[in-house]
Amino acid sequence: MSTASTALPSRRRRGNATFWLGLILVGGIVLAGVVSFFWTPYALSDMAGGRLEAPSAAHWAGTDRLGRDLFTQLMIGARIALIVGCGAVGIGAVIGVATGILAAFATRFLDDALAAFFDILIAFPTLLIAMLVVAAREEASLGTAILALGIGLSPIVGRITRILTKQVLGQDYITAARVSGTSWGAIVYWHILPNIVPFLGVNLALQFGLAVMAEASLSYLGLGAPPPNASWGRMLQEAQGTVYTAPWGAILPGLALFALVIGINLLADGLRDRFDPARRDG
Amino acid sequence: MMSDLLNVQGLTLATPDKVLVEDLSFSIMTGERFGVIGESGSGKSLTSLAITGLLAPSIRPTGRVTLAGEEIIGAPEKRLVRMRGDAVATVFQEPLTALDPLMPLGRQIAGPVRRRLKRTGQDAGRAAVAREVQALLEQVRLPEPERLIRSYPHEVSGGQRQRVAIAMALACQPRLLIADEPTTALDVTTQAEIVRLITSLVEELGIALLFISHDLAVVGQVAERVMVMRDGRMIETGPAQQVLTRPADSYTRSLVAAARRFDEALEGQP
Repeated sequence: MSTASTALPSRRRRGNATFWLGLILVGGIVLAGVVSFFWTPYALSDMAGGRLEAPSAAHWAGTDRLGRDLFTQLMIGARIALIVGCGAVGIGAVIGVATGILAAFATRFLDDALAAFFDILIAFPTLLIAMLVVAAREEASLGTAILALGIGLSPIVGRITRILTKQVLGQDYITAARVSGTSWGAIVYWHILPNIVPFLGVNLALQFGLAVMAEASLSYLGLGAPPPNASWGRMLQEAQGTVYTAPWGAILPGLALFALVIGINLLADGLRDRFDPARRDG
Repeated sequence: MMSDLLNVQGLTLATPDKVLVEDLSFSIMTGERFGVIGESGSGKSLTSLAITGLLAPSIRPTGRVTLAGEEIIGAPEKRLVRMRGDAVATVFQEPLTALDPLMPLGRQIAGPVRRRLKRTGQDAGRAAVAREVQALLEQVRLPEPERLIRSYPHEVSGGQRQRVAIAMALACQPRLLIADEPTTALDVTTQAEIVRLITSLVEELGIALLFISHDLAVVGQVAERVMVMRDGRMIETGPAQQVLTRPADSYTRSLVAAARRFDEALEGQP
C-alpha cells in the first residue's frame, strides 16, 4: 500500500507473497491445533520432565515449573486460540452484521439510536465488556469467554456493516435491482452481502486477531479457560514468575500469538487481493 | 384515457423547503415512444423515479401517477415491487455503476428472468433461465455471449455494459421502458448504436418508451412525441417533428438554435 504507483505486476506479486506468508503461518497453527486432537508429544498433565528444562530433543519447547511439556501446551493452545477466534468472530459477525444492516435500512430515528448504541459500546474496551459478561455468567469457562468476546466485538462489526451497507445502498445497481422488481431480501442476499464482505472480511480478520489476544488477556487474568486447558494466555501467566530463569516459557507462546495474529491479517489481505474481481486484473 | 399506459396528472414533487417538480401532466400510450428533454436539474430523472415509486423518502409526491391502471403514489411497497419489472423497467445513464461489480453479467440478467418466469408461472429451472439469458444477449446483439455470461462489468466495454443493462431491463418484459440518459456516458459512435438498438427493440416488442435526455438530436431520433422541461415545469409538448423544427416556446427555440449552431460548427470543421 505504500507505493501504490509502482507497476501493476509487482503489486500482484506482492499480493501473492502476502497471501502465501499468511497461509504458511495460519496453516502451521491450524495443523498444530488439528493434530493436537489426535496426538501430542506428552499428555497435558504429564509431569514427566524436570522443572523448567530448556528446549531439547525430548522437550522441543522445554518444560514449565511443574515439569509439563511446553510444546504439548503450545499445540493445545493453538487449538484453543483458533476455537476462540472463530467462535468470537462468528458470534460478533452474526450480531454485528444483522444489527448493522438493520440500522442501514431503518428509519432515521432507529438508525441514529443504533449508531449511538454502537458508538457507546465501542467506547468501552472490548476486554472490559468481556469481563462484565464473564462476571455476569459467574463462571469462567471457554464458552463464556467466547460469548463474551463475541458480544464485545459485535458493535465494531455493526458500525462498519452499517456504513458499508449505506454505501452500497447508494449505488445505481441497487436502484436498478429495485426497479426491476427485486425484493429487499433478495437485494440484501445477492447484492449487499457480496459487496460488503470483501471489506468486512479484512476487518473480521483484524477482529480475529484481537479476539485471540483478548482471550489471552482474559486467561492471563484468570477469567478465560480454566486450568486444565492450556491457552497461550494462561501459559504467559504461568511463565511470568520464571521469565528471567526460563524465558522460553513466555517467549514461545508470545511468538505463537504474534504469528497467528499477523498470519490471519496477511491471509485476509492476500485473499481480498486474489478474489476481488475488480482488482484481479490489475 | 383507457388506452393510456402511463398517465401523470398534476404531479408535484417537493422537499420540505423546495419544489422540485411542479404540476406536471402527460401521458404515454401503449407502444408509444415519448421523449423528455431538459437540462440537468430540470426534474426529468425525478419524474422517472416517481413513476417507479423509488423517490427518496425526503421527497413528497402529490398528484396522480397511473401506470397500467394502477395508482403509484401512495401505493404500498409490496405492490410496487410487483409492478416494477412487470409494468416498468429502467435503463440508467452510467452502466458501470448500474451493474453489480461483483456479480458475473450472466447472473445479473438471470435474476429478473427467473423472477418473470416465476411470476408468469413458467418453468424457472436452470436450463430455462440459461436459454432465456442467451436469447436476450442475442436480442441486444452482443457478440460472444458465452464469454460475456462469465465476465464481470469492468471486463467489457461501456457500450457492451449498456447492452447488458438493456438486456436486464428487457428480461422483465415490461410494458414501459424508461431510458434515463442511456447514451450520455458513451462515445458518439456507441451512442448511435445504442439509440438504434433501443428504438428497434421497443418497436419489435411493442413496448412503450420514456426516453429522457438533454440531447435534442438523440431525442429527435427516438421519440414520436416530446415534452420539454425546465426548472421542474413543462415548457412545451407535442409531436417531435413539430417541437424540434417549429418550437412555440422561446426556451425551446433557444435550445434548438443552440443545437443547430453546434451542428453547423461541427460541419464547418473538415
